Amino acid sequence: MQRISEFFIGLLFGLGLLLSGMTDPGKVLGFLDLFGLWDPSLALVMGGAIAVGVFAFAFAKKRTTNFFGGALHLPKNNSIDKRLVIGSLIFGAGWGIAGYCPGPALVSMAAGQEKGLAFVIAMLVGMAGFEIAERLFHEPKITT
Amino acid sequence: MTIDWNHFTPWLSLSGGVLLGVASALFILLHGRILGISRIVGEFILPKAGDIAWRIAFLLGIFAAPWVFGILAPAEIITAPRIDASYGMIVLAGLMVGLGTRYASGCTSGHGVCGLSRLSLRSLVATLSFMAAGFVTVYVIRHLL
Repeated sequence: MQRISEFFIGLLFGLGLLLSGMTDPGKVLGFLDLFGLWDPSLALVMGGAIAVGVFAFAFAKKRTTNFFGGALHLPKNNSIDKRLVIGSLIFGAGWGIAGYCPGPALVSMAAGQEKGLAFVIAMLVGMAGFEIAERLFHEPKITT
Repeated sequence: MTIDWNHFTPWLSLSGGVLLGVASALFILLHGRILGISRIVGEFILPKAGDIAWRIAFLLGIFAAPWVFGILAPAEIITAPRIDASYGMIVLAGLMVGLGTRYASGCTSGHGVCGLSRLSLRSLVATLSFMAAGFVTVYVIRHLL
């Protein structure tokens, strides 16, 4: 039952990305091209998502369990540190180069875009690089 | 700044955004999880026992989306994606996005949608940082190089 629900949430999320235009790198770069010919669409994607999200998370904060009775994993880390800022800057620069962020890249790959596939493979290598670096340079992280 | 009216899709983007919000809302309320793609995928590389099946179910849903979209969406809203970057740039960008999102513990979905929805200052800093880096990168590539 839970697996079916997760499948449909993934499907809904993917449809949202396709409908909004996030899976078109040209459109994403059009939004990031603030000083050129600017396409404001992505601001509406964020606005539409957050308009729904604020109510859901306000409700979630008052609850201790999810609908199926399991744990409700709300992030507890509030620290604003170098990892957060530098990681985000590297991500943003990569986003600006290709116009793909992780979700739309997965959808593009599934749609049969060869460059989407190339991006996802490189992204997985980058993520694996993070896991290796974490194990080489840091103590095992205690995740909550 | 000049608005690109030819490509501006206010209603499609707003409704797509609402779907992203509904999916994120269902994920936290039904399953108690943050819908953050970089973490869902990144923690799948070295998965822990008992923490695998839900990721597969969710990702299969994402992978099914283009097929379902092709059936449901009217032909006039389906546009071919514009992918200008060369393979070299795609690979460089993919490496940066993979590494950066894991260091930052989130991407556009985890920080941008869920984090801002929970009014997290940490996620606001992350979102402003990756947006700023995106604006600067596109400015450099399109207007300086």
